[in-house]
Amino acid sequence: MSRERDLALRRRYWVERLMLALVALGTLLAFLVLFLVLAYALFQGAGALNLDFFLKDMRPPGEAGGGLRQAIVGTLLVDGLGLLLALPFGLAAGILLAEYPDHPLNPYLRLLSDTLNGMPAILFGLLAFILVVKPMGGFSGLSGAFALGFLMIPILARSTEGVLSLVPKEVREAGLALGLPRWRVILSLVLPTARAGLITGILLAFARAAGEAAPLLFTAFGSPLLELNPLKPMDTLPLRLFAFAISPYEDWHQKAWAAGLVLFGFITLTSLLARWASRRRF
Amino acid sequence: MKRLYTHFGDRVFALVLLLLALGVVALALLMAYELYRGGSLALGRFGLLGFALGREWDPALEKAFGAWPYILGTLIVSLSALSLSFFPALAAAIFAAEYAPRWLAQILNFLLDLMAAVPSVVYGLWGIFVLAPWLRDKLQLPLYLWAAEHAPGLLPLLGVPTGYGLMTAILILASMIVPYTAALARDAIALVPREHREAAYALGATRWEVMRLAILPLARGGILAGAFLALARAVGETLAVTMVIGNSHKLPYTLFGGAATMPSVIANEFTEAVEDLHLSALIAVGFLLFLVSMAVNFTAAYVLRRQERLVKGVL
Repeated sequence: MSRERDLALRRRYWVERLMLALVALGTLLAFLVLFLVLAYALFQGAGALNLDFFLKDMRPPGEAGGGLRQAIVGTLLVDGLGLLLALPFGLAAGILLAEYPDHPLNPYLRLLSDTLNGMPAILFGLLAFILVVKPMGGFSGLSGAFALGFLMIPILARSTEGVLSLVPKEVREAGLALGLPRWRVILSLVLPTARAGLITGILLAFARAAGEAAPLLFTAFGSPLLELNPLKPMDTLPLRLFAFAISPYEDWHQKAWAAGLVLFGFITLTSLLARWASRRRF
Repeated sequence: MKRLYTHFGDRVFALVLLLLALGVVALALLMAYELYRGGSLALGRFGLLGFALGREWDPALEKAFGAWPYILGTLIVSLSALSLSFFPALAAAIFAAEYAPRWLAQILNFLLDLMAAVPSVVYGLWGIFVLAPWLRDKLQLPLYLWAAEHAPGLLPLLGVPTGYGLMTAILILASMIVPYTAALARDAIALVPREHREAAYALGATRWEVMRLAILPLARGGILAGAFLALARAVGETLAVTMVIGNSHKLPYTLFGGAATMPSVIANEFTEAVEDLHLSALIAVGFLLFLVSMAVNFTAAYVLRRQERLVKGVL
């Protein structure tokens, strides 16, 4: 009898060990490609990265040297413009969701934000093509900003809602007890309290949009020269990376790796910053 | 409650908020409407079903447009990627939530965030220059040569071992969608009340038995929702797939050979489409993609809502 129980127990311990091994193995597998991509981006990209990369525009194929200044500046301009377009809508939707919990629109708003959040990015590009590129008669940085703006609105809405719902209700009650109207409570008390979190959300939306190339293929389109006029086609880093990666030139492949490393560094930095900011609770 | 909003400034403020928030609703409706209208030329010519099931996509000579090769490609690639990534993602979630010490769990959570944030083109870049050549030389070519000698019946299934095709796209995609399943599964596991674990431990259960009997059954909904979110990502993933899938819509697809998906054909042909019908057909593919993503996302939201209710009911 006790021998049997002993065996059963030993069997359970073996299952325990086996599952631990499987879980550990699965975890390693899940992160394997991320590590490989990072390692390659670091080793391949670091070789092609120098000061010229940031300070000079790209050269025609076959000519060595040059950089990707036009793409870096373009990324910041198109993405920044898109953020400006998206901010009022995203913030307002987030405030409505968090501060007016009994509003009849909210269930639909939340569902639509989540759905838009999961929409393929290229569809926002198609929408911007139909709404901006077609009426204006050509590709432009502005249409790219619209595509990225569309993409950022639902992200901003959900992150704003999440951050505002973390603000203790005593903050609101204190304001209301002083006789402040509700809009003053929200604008002067709730939003400033949540500032760090709001900025984090904005930063993450900006970073997410900065890495997108698919919605820009037929909106911002790309340009080999520095372009500051948003009514003309503009270049961005992911767009240029894509074009270089499928080109046949060795030098451009190196530049693509460097662009990947820069993008990756930017995104790691924003994620770290976001983590650091969100650790400081209210 | 009503009295709170009757102050004049409050009414103005709430109205402004409402109008701006309606922008989100408008964005969703506008996308559905504009994609449908943009694709109506092609949809009208071939009919919705005729377009979705048509096997011919020939912008040059026949001017025939059928999206079936792309729909099939999207289904194969996204479902295979999901089934490949599901168990590793679940393992990562279990490890981060239950097994790992706190410091390690924090690192893993950061890595999951990072994995979701790395741009698609960077994965694609790695796919083009590292994964595809490696798969071709180390796996596909030897397998192809072996099959040619010993099992010629397999050859039509394997296809030409160029490295750029279905298999590479599936592998890249599988590793890209890991964080979406893992993050939701991890949160669902963390939400299971501590009493459940303690009760199971008190009965003498091992750590795995606690997982299997007390935690996973309650977290099932969240895990499922995570899988649907990952599927939504996989369906819409554009450039990483476009860069490695070989972009061929010749049916039947083979394991090693080229294929194409709905997003990849839009990315590839849109800037080159000069004729109205071609452009409209591409937008119509976008409309179908919209419908598929909508369905998958709604399912995820529904499953997640039910899960939240389930856990609240238990508490």
